[in-house]
Amino acid sequence: MALEPVQVIDPTATARHATTERRTARFLLTGIALVFLALFLVLPLVSVFVEAFRKGPAEYFAAFSEPDAQAAIRLTLLVASIAVPLNVVFGVVAAWAIAKFEFKGKAFLTTLIDLPFSVSPVISGLVYVLLFSSQSALGPWLKSHGIEILFAVPGIVLATMFVTFPFVARELIPLMQEQGTTDEEAALSLGANGWQTFWHVTLPNIKWGLLYGVLLCNARAMGEFGAVSVVSGHIRGLTNTMPLHVEILYNEYNFVAAFAVASLLALLALVTLVLKTLLELRYGAELRAVGGH
Amino acid sequence: MTLGFTLAYLALIVLIPLTGLVLRSASLGFPGFWHVATDPRTVNALRISFGTSLIAAVINVIFGVIVAWVLVRYRFPGRRIVDAIVDLPFALPTAVAGIALTALYSRNGWIGRWLDLIGIKVAFTPIGITIALIFIGLPFVVRTVQPVMEEIRKEVEEAAATLGANRFQTITRVLLPGLQPAILTGFALAFARAVGEYGSVIFIAGNLPYVSEIAPLLIVIRLEEFDYAGATAIATIMLLISFFMLFVINLIQAWSRRRYGYGA
Repeated sequence: MALEPVQVIDPTATARHATTERRTARFLLTGIALVFLALFLVLPLVSVFVEAFRKGPAEYFAAFSEPDAQAAIRLTLLVASIAVPLNVVFGVVAAWAIAKFEFKGKAFLTTLIDLPFSVSPVISGLVYVLLFSSQSALGPWLKSHGIEILFAVPGIVLATMFVTFPFVARELIPLMQEQGTTDEEAALSLGANGWQTFWHVTLPNIKWGLLYGVLLCNARAMGEFGAVSVVSGHIRGLTNTMPLHVEILYNEYNFVAAFAVASLLALLALVTLVLKTLLELRYGAELRAVGGH
Repeated sequence: MTLGFTLAYLALIVLIPLTGLVLRSASLGFPGFWHVATDPRTVNALRISFGTSLIAAVINVIFGVIVAWVLVRYRFPGRRIVDAIVDLPFALPTAVAGIALTALYSRNGWIGRWLDLIGIKVAFTPIGITIALIFIGLPFVVRTVQPVMEEIRKEVEEAAATLGANRFQTITRVLLPGLQPAILTGFALAFARAVGEYGSVIFIAGNLPYVSEIAPLLIVIRLEEFDYAGATAIATIMLLISFFMLFVINLIQAWSRRRYGYGA
């Protein structure tokens, strides 16, 4: 009598089937995700470069030889080179104070540091207009001393500092909290002073998180539009940053030049993304404590 | 000393200017404030801002969860690059996004020309505003939901399956409720960002008063007219509504975290 063949059930196959979707569902979901991202994110990026080169490379590069465009590029670099370092110093100090010491109202302080993220960029600019305009309490005094803040470079720097304020601090706070204070205590007990401890122990521990924060802070500082637009006064060649210059060219129907300047900013965004991804791949474990963006 | 520096810098750059806004708004008095708040143009701008932001945030939740799921669960060539691209709206300056989207969706643009054939106008309408807000809000949802999805333990799904749930039931009854706090956080972040967004919207919006004029733009217009009181009043209303909505979302979140939740 021949035995019926025993039906072999591959246990891993059923387990996989129970905890993932059918093949068709997987393809469908992946398809939806990729089409959505291509349509909403990749296509706009590609179109910046296509529009910029619409009339050939000669027209493209001509956009950068224009004095106003060069002034805008210089101003953007200047503003970022002031705002980013100041916010880096603040971010490191604030994260140090919050992560390494105990005090009352810590959670509240962390919330306040995040505040600029939840305020509209336009309102970020508006607060400085209210503070420094000729209608304000400070206005007449500033005017009589010949100090220009609004519709001048200092106002642009201040507005940029406001919107990029939380970036470095919020990257470092969770990282430093994760690391605790044992390394610092060891250094101090071995006779290092506070500054040496920071320089030789704390800073090497946080350097990749810090770089990550600086990267995002810088991208935002160079690309900020709303806040800067409110305080700038849009004086060509004087108070126009690159994003503002893009707007002016676009509104003058000078599309090739607008997209050419925009393509520089898009390149900056791409470089930021590549560096950010490399940092995450290489030092992912160290950055893991860092949440969100 | 470090705490002192932190507080001083915070006060100087953030707190004093924001307090200035509140004080200025208070000095309007209630009648002045009410006059601006009930002005039809203000009401319409606020309605457009909050309405389009709400629609964009809902769309972002739907597609953001799908994108996060695909990135966490499936392996396909180029996944790392796709993952990196999700952050593009964080890195790309808003003005650049604004003119690029306008070029795409205008009547002779790559996408706009096809939509025009079937009679849909996107650029210079509230649909255009919504598209721009979808662009800038997407990473907030993906980046909030993604890490929580990675935390889900396989045993939970296996338990559901051994208890006889099919895959659809496992997802809708077991996985999604657990992700709810994270999804809500992503929604709140995307929504809050969308309400205040300016740069990517003004190019595609057309900025027609009462139709496609957003509240942040109306603030700018009032400022350009040197109507600082009007600008301040609109800004204060925006802040109040935003804080109120975030407060409500926080309450819902606290409730849903107690009920389910992997902890977002």
